[in-house]
Parts: sequence; C-alpha cells; structure tokens
Amino acid sequence: MSVAATDTPKAPKTSRDWDMAAIAPFIALALLLLLGYFANPNFISVANLLNVITRSAFIAIIALGATYVISSGGLDLSVGSMVAFVASLMILFMNSGTIGDPMLMLIAAMILATVLGAACGLANGLITTVGRIEPFIATLGTMGIFRGLTTWLSQGGAITLRDREMQALYRPVYFGTLAGIPIPIVIIFVTAAIAAFVLYRTRYGRHLIAVGSNEDVARYSGISVNRVRTIAYVVQGLCVAVAVILYVPRLGSTSATTGILWELQAITAVVVGGTALRGGVGRIWGTVCGAFILEIVGNIMILSNFVSEYLIGAIQGAIIIIAMLVQRLLMRR
Amino acid sequence: MIAVAAEAPLLDARGLSKTFGIVEVLKDIDLSVRAGEVHAIIGENGAGKSTLMKILAGNHLPTRGEIRMDGQPVAFASPVDAEARGIVLVHQEILLAPDLSVAQNIYLGRELGRGLTVNDRAMNEGAAKAIADLGADIDPKTVVSRLSIAQRQLVQIARVLLVPHRIVIFDEPTASLTPHETEALLKVIKQIRAKGVGILYISHRLPEVKEIADRVTVLRDGRLVASHAAAELQPADMARLMVGRDVAKLYPDRHAARARETVLDVEALDVPGYAQNASFRLCKGEILGFAGLIGAGRTELMEGLVGLRPAHGTVRLNGSPAHFSDVHGSLKAGVAYLSEDRKGKGLLLTKDLRVNLTLASLGKFTSGLQIDRAKEAQALDQAIKDFDIRTGTKTILAGQLSGGNQQKLLLAKMMLLDPQVVIIDEPTRGIDIGNKEQIYKFIAALAEEGRSIIVVSSEMPELIGICDRILVMRSGRIVGEVTGEHMNENEIVGLATGVTAGEAA
Repeated sequence: MSVAATDTPKAPKTSRDWDMAAIAPFIALALLLLLGYFANPNFISVANLLNVITRSAFIAIIALGATYVISSGGLDLSVGSMVAFVASLMILFMNSGTIGDPMLMLIAAMILATVLGAACGLANGLITTVGRIEPFIATLGTMGIFRGLTTWLSQGGAITLRDREMQALYRPVYFGTLAGIPIPIVIIFVTAAIAAFVLYRTRYGRHLIAVGSNEDVARYSGISVNRVRTIAYVVQGLCVAVAVILYVPRLGSTSATTGILWELQAITAVVVGGTALRGGVGRIWGTVCGAFILEIVGNIMILSNFVSEYLIGAIQGAIIIIAMLVQRLLMRR
Repeated sequence: MIAVAAEAPLLDARGLSKTFGIVEVLKDIDLSVRAGEVHAIIGENGAGKSTLMKILAGNHLPTRGEIRMDGQPVAFASPVDAEARGIVLVHQEILLAPDLSVAQNIYLGRELGRGLTVNDRAMNEGAAKAIADLGADIDPKTVVSRLSIAQRQLVQIARVLLVPHRIVIFDEPTASLTPHETEALLKVIKQIRAKGVGILYISHRLPEVKEIADRVTVLRDGRLVASHAAAELQPADMARLMVGRDVAKLYPDRHAARARETVLDVEALDVPGYAQNASFRLCKGEILGFAGLIGAGRTELMEGLVGLRPAHGTVRLNGSPAHFSDVHGSLKAGVAYLSEDRKGKGLLLTKDLRVNLTLASLGKFTSGLQIDRAKEAQALDQAIKDFDIRTGTKTILAGQLSGGNQQKLLLAKMMLLDPQVVIIDEPTRGIDIGNKEQIYKFIAALAEEGRSIIVVSSEMPELIGICDRILVMRSGRIVGEVTGEHMNENEIVGLATGVTAGEAA
C-alpha cells in the first residue's frame, strides 16, 4: 500500500493502472513480430507489415464495435452477415444509376451504407433490449436473416459493381495512401481514437462500462440500461458500415459467402485484446492489437513453411481459447 | 432439557480469534455446546456471530484458539470436515434449487442410486420421512418454487439433518418467518433437542431466544461479554448486554421536528404483488422510519415510489404531481434511493472509488463531451473528507472497502445529486458499531440541513433512536404509525406482527 493518502491535486498513477491483462496483448504482438522475423526476415519489412495491417482493417474496425457490445455485456454474432448484406445493398444502389454524377452517387452510397449499418445495429439492439431476447439468440437469428437476404439478393451468385468510372473513383479508398500510409490503416487508427475517446472520456462510455459491470447498479444510479445497450449495437452497426465502405472498393463484388466467420475473428480480436466477455471492461487499443495479431499469425503461416496455410481457421479458433485461458489465469492472481 | 453438569460438552472452543486483514472480528471467544441443550448466541449485526459460526462449521479457520470435540483437538479445513464430525449448519438464506422437487433437493449431491439410475422411490420415501420427523407435511414430489418460505426453510433443515449430526447450528432461522411460522419452527428445534443433539441458535430476536434457549452467550464487537443460563436473563437484560453502551450515545441528539411543510405526499400507492394502498406524508427536515418484518413490502414500496418497479397511485412532490418511470426521473426530481443491497445494487465493486462516486451525477462532471477527471478527483477528496471514508489509497476498488465505508461512499455518491428526499434502506446492515454511529450522525445532519429522510430498517432500536415518526408495515400495508412515547419495540412488534404486545412478549 502506498502512502498517497495525503491530498495531491492529481489522481496518483499506481502500478494497478498497468495490470497484466492490459499489456499482455502487446507483449504477445511483440513476441509474434520476433517470431515472424526468425521465420522469414522478409516478414519484418515495412512493405509487408503495412500490407498485413491493411488487410486487418475490416476485422479491426468491426472488432472496435464488438468491443462496445461486449463491454456492455452483450454479444453480436451477426456482423459477418451484416457486412455481406450492407455491402450488397450498397453495390446494388450504385448499379441502379439513380444518381447521374459518379461523385454524388458515391457519397450517397456511403451515406446509405452508414444508415443501413446503423439500422441493422438498431434492430439487433431493440430485439435484445426491448424484446428481452438473449443477445446470443437474437443475433444468431439476425445473422441468418442477413445472410439469407444476401443470398436472395445475389440469387446465389455474385453482386458486382459494374460502372467502370465508379470503380476508378472508388478504388483509392482502399488502395490509396495518405502521406505514404495506406488509407485503411489511417481509418483503423482514426476509428480507434474516436472509439477510445468515447469509451474512456465521455459520459456514455462510463455508462456503458457501468451497465456491463453491474446492470442493477447502473439502473439504481439512474442510467437507462436499455438505451445504453441499444446504442452499443448501433455503434457496432456503424463500425460494420465503415468496414463495408472500405471493403467494396477492394473487390467490387459480394456473394453469399462474403464476411463468413468474420464474427468469430472480431470476437477473437476483442478477447485477445483483453476485454472481458462477461462485460464491464473494454480495451480499445487491445482490440486493435488483437486484430493485428490474428492477421500476423496468418501472414507468418503463409511466409513460413511450418504449418499449412489451410489451417488458419483452426489456428484462429485455438487463439481465442488460449486467450481466454490466459485471461482467467491473470484474473485469479 | 436441564444439562447434567458432569457431562462433558460435545464441543468446547477456547480462545477463538479471527482476523481479516488488520481487522480483528473475533477475540478470545470461549464456547461450549452440550448434548440436548439449545445454546443461543446473540448480538447485534457485526458483533461476530456469523464469523463464529463459520469457524465452527469449517468455513473459516480461526486465527488463534482451539476447538475440542470429545476432548480431542480438531481443526476443520472445510465444511466437509465439520460435517464428518457431525457439525451441520442451517443457513439463513434458502439454498435450494427452485426447479427441483423437495426430494431431489434433499438428496442433491448424495442421490440414492440403483445401478446406473437414481432411485426416485427410495428418495421420495426418505424425504417424506425426514419431513414427517420435523412434524411437517409436504409432498416430497412438490417443486420447491411452489412452496412458501417457511416450507422451504423446513426442506432446508430436513436436507441438513440427513447428515448424521451431533451439533446443529441455526443461523437466524426465523429472520423471514411470520410469528406463526416461527412458533412452528421453534417446536421443531425442541424436538431435535429432545433427541440429545446440541444446538447453537443465532438470533437477535430476544423473545424467541428467551423461549427456546437453555444458555445464552452475548457477543459485542467481536468479544464475548456474557454467558448465562437463560433462566437468569430477561429479554431486557439481553438487549442491554447486546448494545452494551448508553443507547442514547449511539444515536445523535435530534431537535424535535416542528410542524413543517409537506415535501412528499404519497396517496394510495400500489406496487402490484408487494404493497397496497400506501399513503403517507414526509415533511421537510423529518426522519421518517419504516418498520416491519422482512417481506412486509417496505423495500418494494420504496422501489415502486422511485420508479424501479411498476406502481400506481398519486405522488406529490412539493405539491405538484410526480410520477417516476425510472430512477433517472426520480433522481432528477430530487428523490434518491439507497438500496439495502449495497454490493449488488449500490456500487460497482470492481471499479475504483472515483468511478463509483460520480456514476449517478456524471452530468455535473462533464464539460463539452469530455468527463473532467480532475474535477472528479476533487469531488472524491471532498467526499472522503466529508463522509470520513477510511481508505489507504484512493485507487482502491469499491469492493475492497469495509461495509461501513461502502455505505459512506454510497451516501456520498447520492449526495452529489443534492437530493431533497433521501430514502435509505437498511442503512447499517452489516456495519460495525463505530461506523453505525457515524452514519446515524450523517443522517441526522442531512435532516438538519432541511432534507427529508426515509429510513427503512429491520433494526427497531435504530429506528427508535433516529426517527421522528415510524410507520409500520405488515403484508404490504401500512398498518400504523408510532410517535413520541409510543415509539418502543413492543408497540412496533405488535403492529408488525398483528399480535398485541402482551401476546408477543
């Protein structure tokens, strides 16, 4: 115990602020980078690392939303299907040619994706809070609905952005750079910074953590639990929309299998990042780190010849279990 | 009934002490239990009764002291060890699986088998016999969730008595029972005693202690203050020994409330399933008590009033109608409710003091979008000073505070909202005497500032000590009001139980 009980103008920082659960993911990331270097020295090149981080953008951004939902004590299994559904509608809208000017059309399409993402999130939120259905079941249901609607929209095939001019205009959003940094990486960090600010510095963020930590205490403190939870799902929907806006220019096409198992990867990134699945603790930068770890593991598997790259799914599944075990061990101490 | 003096005690404990951290909760307790006697342990909340029982039942190891059974020293590392020696504990809370049947609960974890399957017939017969032995009549196939609280209590006792036992510990078994049910339970305990079993009976209901006990031991602040044959003590003597100090000193001096304007006017408030037709008024600067047995609907009435439960009726605050659909609304109007369940509903135990303090009033600490952490830290310093919250460091988690300091933190949290009406449910439950005295002082000071206070409590001395008026509830209804010289335990018990004072004593 310290003797800091005397009046100090600022809250004293103690070692508790740096507990193991918070820094464990960053240590894991550092170890992985080292491992990657030994497996294949090309791995550590700037070009390769930028490439890997760029590819983690979709999962990282979706996982930021998942951090909100999970911190509030919820769960969203529908994000992968939601990506496919929102992206398909976005492409169909751009193909419809309702707006002549390509630039205006692109902006309108992005706004549409944002609204659709928020609406899908709102639906998830209302079903779990007002409908009082367990988040696991509610989002399992919407996962099926979004996936089914995508399959129906694409009639089992692919939905492809047809307009060449539009493709050329939209392409830099994924492939472009800003001051030499790929735009997806910029977007990861900007989104994470906003998410961190809201979670750690605003009233809503504090309420979210309170609701996830103990719903009754939140209610008895005058916090509207349902409103806080619903907004968390809307935030998740908005993150999915941002991911979609980045995803569409990459391939310019969606199908019934777009975003499959992304919910698994997003939840894995959140848990690897140190956020507790039972709620009440949210670690934004840990989540970003978790998403990087997932992508880097895949990259190392491809660059090295130790393990078949077809085992990526299995490895990612193992990572979530290992992360939970490590969390539990750190918690017990 | 009368213990033979020459007979060696079943259990003999010497010099038991227990320390949690730096807090000594038990010091040098000597205690013995003989076969065929009821030995009552009485004391206020926080006197150390539960800790003592948990040591005897194997939940805690004593820090010092020894326990002998049949002259041999024993040490219980777990409740299983204690059970193996024949010591069983009947918990105060009902610990049964509500969706299983009576027989399934009684045999839970020790099911009778027949090959690979369970032998339901044998278990139903065994359960029926165990319950009949207690003089009750419950169908062993009934699902527990359909039983009354008293019946569940009996099932729990039957379950415990299935273990071969020599000593049975009852931890406040009548806390949630009606007088009639209590009477029946005392009969059951007398039957168990008649079989030569030693019984430790914990309670702070003195008339029933007087009725059932052969010996009485009084604990106060973790020490044994007296041990007498029950015949030598009247309930009034027991009360004096329990409180042990000038009662007037524990409670702050209060100026007699003058006739003041009504702040809160509740008319015919119904909280479906819990409280009916509750009407009362609360004046400025008044402390109004709510007494009643557990389950009388006091907590639920208050929760209905502040919007935590559905409720219908007329509520007027300062003369204008008010209806709160959630706590946000009631807090905004200046009515704060402090839950009796501090750990479950009052504080975030895994968060630090700062987060807890400002949770209900974050609006005051937000400038623009951002929470002003420096201002929060300042408020915490102020609260620690104003409410004398004892904490080594400010980065401690709320769950690491003692019960008394948690209550002070909760009080500080709600006072940040500057409420006009403060409703405090069980303000001193699980709190030691020193902190109790401080909390009473805070409550009196809040009233002195012109706030109106409602205190809901099961501790009658505390209500009598600090309240201006006391309303008594029974089965969801306000059945009477006591003021002035009528504010005494007999009057309150009479109203709370519906039995006249003479019969109850």
